[in-house]
Amino acid sequence: MNILGIETSCDETSVAIVRDGKDILSNVIASQVEVHARYGGIVPEVASRQHLLTMVPVAEKALADAGTGLEQIDAVAVTMGPGLAGSLIVGVSFAKSVAMAVGLPLVGVNHLEGHIYANWLSSVQPELPCLCLIVSGGHSDMILMEGHGRFRKLGGTRDDAAGEAFDKGARILGLPYPGGPAIQNATRGVTTSLSLPRAWLKDNDDFSFSGVKTALLHMAEEKAAPDEQWVKEAAAAFQDAIVEVLVIKTIRAARRLSVRQVLLAGGVASNSALRDRFAADSPLPVLIPPPVLCTDNAAMIASCAFYHLGSGNPDNSNLDVMPGLAFG
Amino acid sequence: MAHSTVTTHSPEQTRRLGRFIGGLAQGNDLYLLKGNLGTGKTHLVQGIAFGLGIREYACSPSFMIAREYRGRLALYHLDLYRLDHIEEITDLGLDEYFRADAVCAIEWAEKGSGVLPQDNLTIELEHLPGDVREITFLPHGIRYDNLAKAILNALAQDREMTWKLA
Repeated sequence: MNILGIETSCDETSVAIVRDGKDILSNVIASQVEVHARYGGIVPEVASRQHLLTMVPVAEKALADAGTGLEQIDAVAVTMGPGLAGSLIVGVSFAKSVAMAVGLPLVGVNHLEGHIYANWLSSVQPELPCLCLIVSGGHSDMILMEGHGRFRKLGGTRDDAAGEAFDKGARILGLPYPGGPAIQNATRGVTTSLSLPRAWLKDNDDFSFSGVKTALLHMAEEKAAPDEQWVKEAAAAFQDAIVEVLVIKTIRAARRLSVRQVLLAGGVASNSALRDRFAADSPLPVLIPPPVLCTDNAAMIASCAFYHLGSGNPDNSNLDVMPGLAFG
Repeated sequence: MAHSTVTTHSPEQTRRLGRFIGGLAQGNDLYLLKGNLGTGKTHLVQGIAFGLGIREYACSPSFMIAREYRGRLALYHLDLYRLDHIEEITDLGLDEYFRADAVCAIEWAEKGSGVLPQDNLTIELEHLPGDVREITFLPHGIRYDNLAKAILNALAQDREMTWKLA
């Protein structure tokens, strides 16, 4: 079964064709990072306009790359939320049009659930039950997955998401946007003598990263003349503090729940310090998608929809965007 | 009404202050939060959300610019942190967030001065040494004069905690 997936929840316009939920025939991603870099992040109206410009060319390229016509597509899947309303509308309207014109079932997908399915787009399939850590610019969620469509949210961020913390930390240190890759590059091969506090929030699976951000700000304010080496060490201390809390709290929850595996997802899952630390510390297998599937993409949406089609009814043309859609 | 200042000593206390504001909030209310990184703006909005009967933690909207929550009234939680030009702010279509069935709280409102409505409750947050925050209410308009009085009144009657007011 070939599913055409569409993703426009934030600042990537993406269309993919995935066979049987795991084989990527094409996965085209038009990123707006360069457009948004001058703002230090996404601006909703700008994002929406960009999606309108790129939606059709990206879809045409996805079909061409896969070497398929619309007659070889069996269903259309689209992200319905959470995300920016103006951005989601572009993808959902386009998906409805295609589904209606060709007469295909339409599946609305939760963006966060989609991120988890990036782990099914490989030859090694995950084993259930598993614990999923979704870390991105807008989310830091810990989700227990007991089966397809069976999710329970264990915890999430109480203030800044991990990716947002990286963006703000980078801005404090004078490093560019997006902050995660900038901090990763600045810290390569650096051992730091600096240390920042960790917020453990005892006895629950929530995260908080606003305290470490404030601590970094005060450290930067107190440093009279920060040179390049100091910035690198401060960035390393900041990254260490975020990574350590994510890894230790996730492993602790995984042990408590006796899951078989840990799955990472979301843009921050491509952070090499996070990947290395999980690999070194986890007693359980940790699955991490390749970087291109960690960030927003339509292949994960198509994969997720494959398992929805197997278990329930497809959505009809009443499908609407749900910017504040919850998960788990 | 002249301004008044409340001192808090922990994120929990800042949230508690917010909870009183949320309890007194009405549709169309606009709160403008001003203060540097780490002064407790998001903690205050979390409290406002709890006071509106919203059960989840209102997270920082810096990345998404706007987040929406559903409680007794809707809460629009906006953040102008990343917007450096006034055109970017007028581009957001802020009018959509000022609604009869919603409360709007805007972080980094100082970036929007000139384009935000004149009637509002401005809340300035300042970080003093230690975990101490000075939170100053500057009401603009009759509705917000009354709201600020009601907030101070509620704090004065709080049986669980003594508030330092100035």
